Amino acid sequence: MDATEKKAEWVGHVRRIHEDRDQTAFAELFSHFAPRVKAFLMKSGASETLAEECTQEAMATLWRKAHLFDPSRASVSTWIFTIARNRRIDMLRKQRRPEPEDVPWGPEAEPAQEDVVALQQESAQLAEALAELPDAQRELIEKAYFGDLSHSQIAAQTGLPLGTIKSRIRLALERLRHTMK
Amino acid sequence: MMSEIRHHISDEILMAYSAGTLPEAFDLVIAAHVSMCDECRARLDSFDAVGGAVLDDVDTVEVAEDSLAATLALIADTPSEIAAPRVAKPGSVFPTPLQEYVHGDLDAVKWRAIGGGVRQAILRSSDDASVRLLSIPGGAKMPDHGHRGMEMTLVLKGAFKDEEDRFGRGDVEIADEDLHHTPIAEDGEDCICLVATDAPLMFNALIPRLAQRFLRI
Repeated sequence: MDATEKKAEWVGHVRRIHEDRDQTAFAELFSHFAPRVKAFLMKSGASETLAEECTQEAMATLWRKAHLFDPSRASVSTWIFTIARNRRIDMLRKQRRPEPEDVPWGPEAEPAQEDVVALQQESAQLAEALAELPDAQRELIEKAYFGDLSHSQIAAQTGLPLGTIKSRIRLALERLRHTMK
Repeated sequence: MMSEIRHHISDEILMAYSAGTLPEAFDLVIAAHVSMCDECRARLDSFDAVGGAVLDDVDTVEVAEDSLAATLALIADTPSEIAAPRVAKPGSVFPTPLQEYVHGDLDAVKWRAIGGGVRQAILRSSDDASVRLLSIPGGAKMPDHGHRGMEMTLVLKGAFKDEEDRFGRGDVEIADEDLHHTPIAEDGEDCICLVATDAPLMFNALIPRLAQRFLRI
């Protein structure tokens, strides 16, 4: 299975959690993502105990918020990253994390399948592009996302092709605003 | 909550917000702006996608043996806690993240007069940064000031002008040490702004400097 298909499969898992409260789908997501979330938190400065606790809470949040996940705007990895990051801010820095308001789909509307496929594909390509960056450049990006750089040290020139993914999300948002009217 | 927005948040700041390394005060201004601005939301989402790629790429660490069971128990403990979407009521002045700090919309703000018809409400203040709401009467001038650190101002109602440009609802001005400016609220309605600073403002006149101690700016 290639990276894009894998991403699309995780989207199906989240849908099954949302629609059927499917514990098998959750267990599969958990075995893939929980070891990554824990590693991410330990790289961000959490002790093993704290990282374990925080990982369980993040994965429980995934269950509770499964209905808010929009696969036309994020991959499952991206969504889990934002949940884990917010737990880190809360637990390690003891501060609140103000988040933008939600842009939910209405009860009848659903994201267009072509938007979902394209976004998942671009997310997979972004992950490949990151893996292919020269070591020094990739490590700088990782340091930023592990919370090791202050905002004045962050350089937004990542060398990654963010333009396509941004345009894709912009279109999905326009469609969403249109269906809400 | 959409309106025509001309002044946005820079890539560096959006990426720092995505990485989660900014003080809470700035996070609030960014969250409020992004709630009103789909252009910045799409850029922010793409920076979040970089975070997702980092998560994909990280070397894994073994979780505890009972980790999945403990997580399922956490979920079972709070079965009804399905998070409702956070969305502001139509016609709100404040976007949702700001309403969560004020505990309501504009009419819930506990203002304090600070002279010249200007009012403020401090929402959060810590060693590294603070964030406040300011209300400036139409046509009134804010004291001329510079900054020792970064200042981020989001307009929520009305508009102001300074030496740089005009800023209306949804617009953000990010100022640093190099900018000395004198914002003037546009004639008409009060200008309501959300302002975050990471160091005290420096006023250029004697009286505001004395007042600074009382204003906690």
